[in-house]
Amino acid sequence: VSFHPNKVQERARVASALLFLVFLFLGGSFFRTQVLQGARYHLQSEENRLRELPLPAPRGVIYDRTGRVIAENLPGYAISLLARNEDSLRVMMRRIGAVVPVSPEQIGAAVRRYRREPTRPTVLFPDAPFALVSVLEERRVEFPGLIIQSAPKRHYPDGPAVSALVGYTGEISEAELGQEAYAAYKPGQQVGKDGIERQYESRLRGQEGARYVEVDARGRVVRDQARPDLVPEAPPALYTNIDLDLQRFVYELFGDSLAGGVVAMEPRSGEVLALHSAPTFDPNEFIGGIPHDYWQQLQADPRRPLYNKAIKGTYPPGSIWKLHTAIVAMERGLVDMDDRQPLPCTGSFQFGNRAFRCWKRDGHGHTTLATAIEGSCDVYFYQLGLKIGLQDLVAGGIRLGSRERSGIDLPAESRPLFPTDPPKAYYDRMFGPQGWSNGVTLNLSIGQGENSQTVVNMARFYTALATDGAAARPEVVRGETERTQLFSLTPAQLRGLQGALASVVGTGTAIGSRLEGIAVAGKTGTAQNAQDLVNDHSWFVGYAPAEDPKVVVAVLLEFGGSGGRAARVATRIMEHYLKARVVAMPLTDGP
Amino acid sequence: VRSRVVPTEWPLVALAALLTACGVAMVYSAGQTDVPNFVAGLWRTQIVWAVLGVIGAFVTSRLSVRLLEWGSLPLYIGSTFLLLLLIFIGTGAGTAASTKSWLAIGGVRLGQPSELAKIAVVLMLARVLSNWRAAPTSLFALWQPALIAGIPWLLIMAQPDLGTGLVFIVIFFAMLFWSGVSWPLLVMAASPGISLVLAFSTGVWGAWFLLLLALVAWRRPSWLESAALIGANVAMGVVAPILWERLNPYQQRRLLVFLDPSSDPRASGYHLIQSQVAIGSGGFFGKGFTDGSQKRLAFLPAQHTDFIYAVVGEELGFLGVSLVLVLFCILLLRTVRIAGRSTSPFASLTAFGLTAMLFAHILENVGMTIGLMPITGIPLPFFSYGGSFMLACWLSIGILALISSEGRGKADGLVI
Repeated sequence: VSFHPNKVQERARVASALLFLVFLFLGGSFFRTQVLQGARYHLQSEENRLRELPLPAPRGVIYDRTGRVIAENLPGYAISLLARNEDSLRVMMRRIGAVVPVSPEQIGAAVRRYRREPTRPTVLFPDAPFALVSVLEERRVEFPGLIIQSAPKRHYPDGPAVSALVGYTGEISEAELGQEAYAAYKPGQQVGKDGIERQYESRLRGQEGARYVEVDARGRVVRDQARPDLVPEAPPALYTNIDLDLQRFVYELFGDSLAGGVVAMEPRSGEVLALHSAPTFDPNEFIGGIPHDYWQQLQADPRRPLYNKAIKGTYPPGSIWKLHTAIVAMERGLVDMDDRQPLPCTGSFQFGNRAFRCWKRDGHGHTTLATAIEGSCDVYFYQLGLKIGLQDLVAGGIRLGSRERSGIDLPAESRPLFPTDPPKAYYDRMFGPQGWSNGVTLNLSIGQGENSQTVVNMARFYTALATDGAAARPEVVRGETERTQLFSLTPAQLRGLQGALASVVGTGTAIGSRLEGIAVAGKTGTAQNAQDLVNDHSWFVGYAPAEDPKVVVAVLLEFGGSGGRAARVATRIMEHYLKARVVAMPLTDGP
Repeated sequence: VRSRVVPTEWPLVALAALLTACGVAMVYSAGQTDVPNFVAGLWRTQIVWAVLGVIGAFVTSRLSVRLLEWGSLPLYIGSTFLLLLLIFIGTGAGTAASTKSWLAIGGVRLGQPSELAKIAVVLMLARVLSNWRAAPTSLFALWQPALIAGIPWLLIMAQPDLGTGLVFIVIFFAMLFWSGVSWPLLVMAASPGISLVLAFSTGVWGAWFLLLLALVAWRRPSWLESAALIGANVAMGVVAPILWERLNPYQQRRLLVFLDPSSDPRASGYHLIQSQVAIGSGGFFGKGFTDGSQKRLAFLPAQHTDFIYAVVGEELGFLGVSLVLVLFCILLLRTVRIAGRSTSPFASLTAFGLTAMLFAHILENVGMTIGLMPITGIPLPFFSYGGSFMLACWLSIGILALISSEGRGKADGLVI
């Protein structure tokens, strides 16, 4: 072996140089990783270490017009779990199930939430009762990754009295999560499902906060509050135009026996003072998941408590629509308040080979328009309708808003049913060219036939009658008044119609509903309907005081019989509002 | 027999002692996790091993080189026998749970014979190579050292322990280099192995093969040798994909993950990614001794053995990492100098072989923590927790101190 010292020294130099270079390269690599890329890796290690626990934000408080609470938040608890995978989630649910009752539906819901958002703590019990919380809290060490946190719980102090109005909240559904409108939502979060809660979701939703906990590689929480909390923020409160006192009165008035819808509005501003649908339900029961049996009970009720009869239900308007006919005729100069029709009312009207009856079997005699409105004479309006003609009657009805939604700021308002213009094409489409006669004109002119209106839309129409022909868009939440001129009559014509409406309650079909000291104007309606041939729907839409309207009330009683019954309900609401209103005045401007 | 009062190679011993102290401190830190486990108490055991190692080194340094040379054959035979035994009775343990690298009798784990085998192979190679009259010029003349390194290497690959196998290869070539074998011959000797690695890309392998042909044309080995060389390279190129199929899935995954850690971020790539995150997040100054969050929260795997350097990186930052690298570098430069100064070929070769062994461990272990080397699970000298390896490292230091003192004693006449 060539082990001459010189050669060995040379090899040692080569080896040393090589060594040095390798170590330099290693050092360089660490410099790159630690110094140049240090920030990136630091972020990754923070992500490893910190788990963000969402802190649910309280929803905005909803007030009535005087600052009374319609919807608020109560302290509640949510229980969630930090799971590493679906299996460990199921195992943990089973172990929790050995301590507290857990239904298969709850497990299924938790698994669905996990699948959608595996990095977020999976909500197991969105609204855990205190008993459950205390049991789990006691045995917390047995369930690593279990998170018990306070979660504001929605509460409606007046419960069933406000359900048609305020709606309710619930956990965001799978279907909603797929929609673009809910792109910013996460499973397990609460969202407005109906009513104001849904309509004003973006204003009522708070800003979710976060708590940062430190977890280890197995997902166990090893340190609470590893970083200061991000405090959840509640949005500013929502002020409505609702008069909670009136709302409660309406609710109590309907009690448990009546079914129907009510809308009470301020005629000039469109402010909705009360909106009710009976029978009702308790929205508080819906918070944190609707109990199965309660849901079944609501579903099975033939009077359909979940169906909003003020904005969703559409009903034939009957005689309350006679004012539309009258206005269409007056606008065209076809009739004046004192004009009579060629034929007097004898209880029926012969048209072609068919007799069209008046509701009053012994007839109204030879009436003027004013007395025809007061007595709701069908025969008068048959003749008026024929005089207008089908084309103008439909076109005029459309112009008066009979095919339009009222535009109330509540979700899912139904669109009224009414013929399209031109009506010939509409009826040809409906019944075939030979399937109908001009008799539809007669039906239409008294608010029957292909005409089905919502309570809220009728209320809107009568705000125009109560004022100057401009209808105000119903507004539940305080906002800009929006009025649309529906018709332009001369002041004398308008006064004439208003006088006729006043005499309806003074001496006409709603005579039984007169109030002491308050003059009420309005129109009754008794609408025949296909569901029940014996019991008609009972309508009343009107305003008070007649000389200076402060409130418009529309009432529909499902299968309630003659319009007089609805009138009694409506006038009592007016009475309560107008008498109580004086007392409530100083508070009107509210907070 | 001479007598000495003070060890003459005190800088080497001091460096090793300093590194060991740092290592024990890091093992202690590795045990400081938020959810305490068995690692918490291992630093005490590690101190015991270190003390035993130092005693062993002291005893070794008082032997003579001649005794070492004489003992190399029985040591080699003994350790090879133990490796052979492992094939039948080896068990897995610790971070090497999936291999048969442990020798256990009656359930009591005695140690990892491969650690001893490394030193034995170094000594045996030194003995054989030092008997050469002149450096060989033909490949076939390398059969003797190839056989000596090859037998234990095959036994270790059968465990299977790729990392230790890699260390043997480094030792083998380093000692051939030190014995004066020319670099073209070294390249030719290594060529089948290189072909094996490069065979995964036909293009790269082709380029390598052309380069090899050029080398053969230039050096003109005998026709038989040329044929064998070219045949071996072609065979490796063909065999590689077949061998790949024969590898355990976890070994395949480890190699693939080395090429692209993100290919398997939850399982095999997890170790590397978490190690890199730990080191990278340490930044320049580190998160502070015992305060590494990756380690504390158990994101870092095998933090007390294979990935202890990631703890250094996370807690002491680039500063700590550089300091330890500098210490290792000085240590190795020192041992190269010992090898270079020794006048006895056997002693010189032994010193260089041990240097190569330590170097292979440092390069592979440190390199794998930041993804420069595949994850093979071999320990870092003086740092990684483990008794056999700590003893092996300190025995090496003892041998190096012995060689240093004998070499210098003869050259400088400075026997104390």
